[in-house]
Amino acid sequence: MTTQYLLKDVAPLGGDRTDVLVAGGLVAAIGAGAGDAAENAPDDLHVIDATGMVLLPGLVDLHTHLREPGREDAETIVSGTRAAAVGGFTAVHAMANTTPTQDTAGVVEQVWRIGREAGWTDVHPVGAVSVGLEGQHLAELGAMADSAARVRVFSDDGKCVHDPVLMRRALEYTKAFDGVVAQHAQEPRLTEGAQMHEGVVSAEIGLAGWPAVAEEAIIARDVLLAEHVGARLHVCHLSTAGSVEIVRWAKSRGIDVTAEVTPHHLVLTDEEARGYDPVFKVNPPLRTQADVDAVREGLADGTIDIVATDHAPHTREDKDCEWAAAAFGMTGLETALSVVQQTMVDTGRMTWADVARVLSENPARIGRLDGQGRAIAVGEPANLVLVDPDARRVVVPEEQATASTNSPMRGRELPGRVVATFLRGRATVLDGVPQDDRSSTAGGTPRAAGRVTP
Amino acid sequence: MRHLLSTTDLDRAAAVRVLDTAAQMAATQGRQIKKLPTLRGRTVVNLFFEDSTRTRISFETAAKRLSADVINFSAKGSSLSKGESLKDTVLTLQAMGADAIVVRHQASGAPHTLAHAGWTDAAVVNAGDGMHQHPTQALLDAFTIRRHLTGSATNPDGVGNDLAGLHVAVVGDVLHSRVARSNVDLLHTLGARVTLVAPPTLLPVGVGPWPAEVSYRLDDVLAQGPDAVMMLRVQRERMSTAGGGFFPSPLEYTRLYGLDARRLAGLPEHSIVLHPGPMNRGLEISADAADSVRSVIVEQVANGVAVRMAVLYLLLSGDGDTGVPPATGAIPALTSTPATPATAPARSTTPEVSAR
Ligand SMILES: [Zn+2]
Repeated sequence: MTTQYLLKDVAPLGGDRTDVLVAGGLVAAIGAGAGDAAENAPDDLHVIDATGMVLLPGLVDLHTHLREPGREDAETIVSGTRAAAVGGFTAVHAMANTTPTQDTAGVVEQVWRIGREAGWTDVHPVGAVSVGLEGQHLAELGAMADSAARVRVFSDDGKCVHDPVLMRRALEYTKAFDGVVAQHAQEPRLTEGAQMHEGVVSAEIGLAGWPAVAEEAIIARDVLLAEHVGARLHVCHLSTAGSVEIVRWAKSRGIDVTAEVTPHHLVLTDEEARGYDPVFKVNPPLRTQADVDAVREGLADGTIDIVATDHAPHTREDKDCEWAAAAFGMTGLETALSVVQQTMVDTGRMTWADVARVLSENPARIGRLDGQGRAIAVGEPANLVLVDPDARRVVVPEEQATASTNSPMRGRELPGRVVATFLRGRATVLDGVPQDDRSSTAGGTPRAAGRVTP
Repeated sequence: MRHLLSTTDLDRAAAVRVLDTAAQMAATQGRQIKKLPTLRGRTVVNLFFEDSTRTRISFETAAKRLSADVINFSAKGSSLSKGESLKDTVLTLQAMGADAIVVRHQASGAPHTLAHAGWTDAAVVNAGDGMHQHPTQALLDAFTIRRHLTGSATNPDGVGNDLAGLHVAVVGDVLHSRVARSNVDLLHTLGARVTLVAPPTLLPVGVGPWPAEVSYRLDDVLAQGPDAVMMLRVQRERMSTAGGGFFPSPLEYTRLYGLDARRLAGLPEHSIVLHPGPMNRGLEISADAADSVRSVIVEQVANGVAVRMAVLYLLLSGDGDTGVPPATGAIPALTSTPATPATAPARSTTPEVSAR
């Protein structure tokens, strides 16, 4: 018997209220008749009063660091995808900077399998562009593309593919299997020893600067390379006003480029560095208010295609120290949707349909995922997230599902709460709680238990 | 105030108070028995993650002259690889009952982290962190400038004065210099006008809002007749990185930004020359300039002890009893009181400024 879910009085994409029935892994019925369809069905029926709530397609993250294999002390595939489900995600792309690197078919298949067995979200491994992320030789991109993991996104994220010849070859080569190179745009020589955004704050507090031009110069080069070889390019975590301008220009020329912004670059600035709390140390660094304004505008007008978390869990040892010694990165899976609501929806810049576009449809399209980022329509796979936009919550990292506590949102009040997440009709999250007990849910195969502590 | 992490922690009244306290401390240092009982039974730890014999000895001397117990803890080379070592070291010192931790660290913000991460109850004194701050250096510079340029026959140390109306040129590697950052803030707070002089490569992007003027030409600034010229140390390795050097050659640097006999001769008679040391003679300062009568560089070292005594006293005792034998008067706490207005940067030259 599979549980059916009847979402009563829900607003798909924030539009008109209706009833939605989730059954048999699909969106089974929508509208006044949805309840009847449920009553006629023999299975368990779970009715959710969704008055005031918004239904979105399950979120798709194009940029997640799950840390397994190699740094299971910071996160595992199970704990990271469980956190993703709590955050409303039904698919994540696991970045390649693991140990060993995700640069062979064997490693990407291992990550893909563990993700599938865990069952919290779909896990799509990102393949490394270069062997060992070393920027020297192309990794076996074709083998990863043809593997069971069907890799389509390739990135040396954490490092920039700075050699222009290697970047050109990667762009060209991935055309063979409709792949995309996702570039971490950081000119290495301009950022040696860099600690934070180079500007007024870095000058005052004496931390080595990471200039905006180091990002913009690489993006400018890459869009021209992509145009030259007719390949598609994805720009990871774009963070500066200048980068928005360059991508806008490239799109106006018809260059096949997509761009992402992280939740933290939508809301935080380099002013946060003044207290030397390494939780705000991230790469690319937090920029200025003018940059924050520009990326918000770029996201609203479609210059920036997606929001991706760059969820980067780190152990306490890697953050509980002086700034220069701390690791770069912050968690984000469980706060991303709230930050987007706060900065884009509650400010009137975007609708919930736009949110579905930037957090589900577009990332699914860039990653060439078939069953994700779809319309909410009868017969579609039931990858869905139910959101209560009127809820308010204060972020307590220790209570999050991720195994790490380096959330920059600690102590901040955020709007919105994920009430339920459905992965192909099965509730991975109900009433905001991850559904660790799988025996009563669909599929029947017990998954690995994961980290069940709250 | 619990800690001294940055000169921005000090408003005008608090800064003048430190300098006045230092003047009292300096007065005791001319006596036969230099030691005061003030910090008897208290423990001061010198925690140095970076070599600096001169600064460490200065703090050590200051603490000992106040009768504190001193522990020198050199942790060089054991830090940046893994930040946890800073935390562990500090937890150890906390367990040992340190009352004050004087910390020198190559990472900007390390003293701030140490003071605010909840690792220790001790008062933290920043003895230089990365490219950020070196507040006691700026205080001793201000003390030296005040003494020379505002002192009078009856008030040789310029007690009670600030530095209003004085013009100070700070010359050299501003970009990497914690001394420059500390001085710009403190000199501004004390009412002085500051001009930074450096090649553009050695000025930070983002220098705009600093309360200082910026010039790329030393001769132009010297022509304005600054009251004090502070030469910053330039590290020779700054020019050696291929393609990433900050200036073409030491020779060119010296030609454009070095203080030599010719430039010295063009300064007004009362102008003084400072250098935080150690000097690169022949690079940023010639031997003529370093050893001239205008140079107060050796005196800066002596004043460093008095200023550090004042800081340790105000942070650890601050109860008005310096232990200084009578005739010098009580010393108020480091935190400012409403008696003096906290903001007074742009006021005109005070009548006490007679030595100019
Ligand atoms: Zn990255």
